Amino acid sequence: MKIVVCIKQVPDTADIKWTENNTMMREGVESIMNPFDEYGVETAIRLKESMGGEAHITVMTMGPPQAKDALKKALAMGCDSAMLISDKKFAAADTWATSKTVSQAIKDKISDFDLIICGQFAIDGDTGQVGPSVAEALEIPQVTYCKELAYNKDNNTIIATKAIESGIIKRELQLPGLVCMLKCDYSPRMPNIKGVMRANKTDIPAYGMADLNLELDEVGLKGSPTFVAKSYRQPPRTQGELINQGDTKANVNLLIEKLRDKKVILQ
Amino acid sequence: MKQINLEEYKHIWVYAEKDPNGKIVGVTKELLCAAKRLQEKLGEEEKVVAVLLTGTGDISEMTKELAANGADRIVVVQHELLEGYSTELYSKAMCNLIELKKPSMLLIGATTRGRDFAPRVSYRVYTGLTADCTELDINDQGLLSAIRPTFGGTLMANILCKKSRPQMCTVRPKVLKKPEPDYSRQAEVDVVPMELDASLVKSKILEFLPFKIETGMSIEEAEIIIAGGRGLKCSDNFKMLEDLARELGGAVGASRAAVDAGWRDHHDQVGQTGKTVGPKLYVACGISGAIQHLAGMSSSEVIVAINKDPDAPIFQVADYGIVGDACEIIPALTEEIKNLKIATGAAS
Ligand SMILES: Cc1cc2nc3c(=O)[nH]c(=O)nc-3n(C[C@H](O)[C@H](O)[C@H](O)COP(=O)(O)OP(=O)(O)OC[C@H]3O[C@@H](n4cnc5c(N)ncnc54)[C@H](O)[C@@H]3O)c2cc1C
Ligand SMILES: Nc1ncnc2c1ncn2[C@@H]1O[C@H](COP(=O)(O)O)[C@@H](O)[C@H]1O
Repeated sequence: MKIVVCIKQVPDTADIKWTENNTMMREGVESIMNPFDEYGVETAIRLKESMGGEAHITVMTMGPPQAKDALKKALAMGCDSAMLISDKKFAAADTWATSKTVSQAIKDKISDFDLIICGQFAIDGDTGQVGPSVAEALEIPQVTYCKELAYNKDNNTIIATKAIESGIIKRELQLPGLVCMLKCDYSPRMPNIKGVMRANKTDIPAYGMADLNLELDEVGLKGSPTFVAKSYRQPPRTQGELINQGDTKANVNLLIEKLRDKKVILQ
Repeated sequence: MKQINLEEYKHIWVYAEKDPNGKIVGVTKELLCAAKRLQEKLGEEEKVVAVLLTGTGDISEMTKELAANGADRIVVVQHELLEGYSTELYSKAMCNLIELKKPSMLLIGATTRGRDFAPRVSYRVYTGLTADCTELDINDQGLLSAIRPTFGGTLMANILCKKSRPQMCTVRPKVLKKPEPDYSRQAEVDVVPMELDASLVKSKILEFLPFKIETGMSIEEAEIIIAGGRGLKCSDNFKMLEDLARELGGAVGASRAAVDAGWRDHHDQVGQTGKTVGPKLYVACGISGAIQHLAGMSSSEVIVAINKDPDAPIFQVADYGIVGDACEIIPALTEEIKNLKIATGAAS
């Protein structure tokens, strides 16, 4: 089985700093692999292990040259090969243009894939749109909000366990297909030293505009139908009051009184 | 991007989502109400149109509900293949309708279903889709201004879709105003015949296991959430939170630390890798207030923190804080609320 894992390098949202004018500082912010994509990588490796190693996992990302670091981490975790899709012309892509570029790269460079694994969301944009859009671009089916995958070799399908508002659904997905991973009940593995050494030795090809079947007006800012008119810092919440009446009963009573005044309980 | 004649695209569409019992879901009603507000700014000729994709059964209850909540017109596709949801056919039917009717806007609830098929539709028709919005407005050029949080809720963005149509967005449930239904309202019903091909469907449901919810309510629908973290020390102590939640008619949430410890299921996790909630009241018990947790709950109306460490960051976002042992304070709170309910005759 040929598996492709799509990952994104994102700024660590726990490390965001603001300028005095409440704009986000982009420099000096730690970059990490999108946490949902770590589950994607882990799930791909588990799937391969469950098949006795009979699979090949390619990890790919569209991003600036330094996004190679995220690919290296995925290789060190256990992916077999990697590719970087990078070009200045791809910059400032929205989810439409990202999906176009990612799907075209998969089509052009890994045409006979069986399964594509994405994260459900990237924590910077939080859109959750790239996975389904890539599936639409490649005209393949999808299952979103997955927490676990299993391969059924009898009919060559993936059994995807998916979480919706009201419960858990098991879905059978025909291949080729795409899944989007949520946080799973297992943790992504840490790369070991052998993995890191192998990753360092693995050649990571990089492809740009000239290597892919893309038009200039469908990539990057030009290909993006959405336009960010304005962005601004959400005013942070301010600290309220501490309730400190001495004993628990008095504290609890005052809290109830405050919450009733705010009309949030016992209406 | 291909050039289109923007003048041809008219009306504000709202995708009408049904729950498994065939009832119109809350976020659809909120969107109809929001669409009415957008209509007031755009002018009467822009109609509020509900789009109903459904099986072949009776639809009169649903159309009545949609009209009562603000739809001027209801576009209906009835087909046996639309009886149950499938990503493939729901996106196909929506794409067909867009091509046929050319709406100016399409608003979809940011439910697991809405977020499953909306991106396929926007990709296919090559238009902009703004995810998980919390506010909608019309700008000075008459464009839909979709407002959404990014970077874990710290950065807000106003997003426009200037050159393509429909202007699409998914909108987070329970943040927009609920309408007051008016059951005397009438809507024109426009049934569109459509051919759909069963062979397009390439995935099927094998099994559905509904969540067992101790308090009878999920954190998505609850107006009151009592959440616990590592400070609760064991899964048994969450019973105290369940008691309080039951007394107040709410649900129990958890931090990732509590989920990773195996005390709660992941579907109760609040935060960046869990759910984003915005209830009227959020009570954080034994939760330190890590940034990834705050990302999921800082839009709550009122936040209460109970933590024994006075320096815990959760106090910086809390409207009310009590420094102390949650395992002592929560039962006392439940007890007092019970007493009050008895005193006011509200107990059942
Ligand atoms: C990529 C990533 C994604 C993440 N996603 C999420 C997410 O979605 N949701 C999430 O919650 N976290 C998330 N986290 C984890 C987050 O960083 C914190 O580790 C986590 O929220 C801590 O949970 P906690 O507050 O329950 O535990 P702790 O931080 O250990 O806090 C426990 C608190 O309980 C208090 N306490 C102890 N005993 C008592 C008592 N008897 N009574 C009252 N208070 C007591 C302590 O003073 C302390 O403040 C994520 C982390 C990463 C790196
Ligand atoms: N630039 C990118 N390169 C590769 N995959 C991406 C990229 N952006 C998003 N994805 C994939 O799409 C998922 C959802 O991202 P998003 O739609 O941005 O929330 C991510 O978890 C990745 O799997």
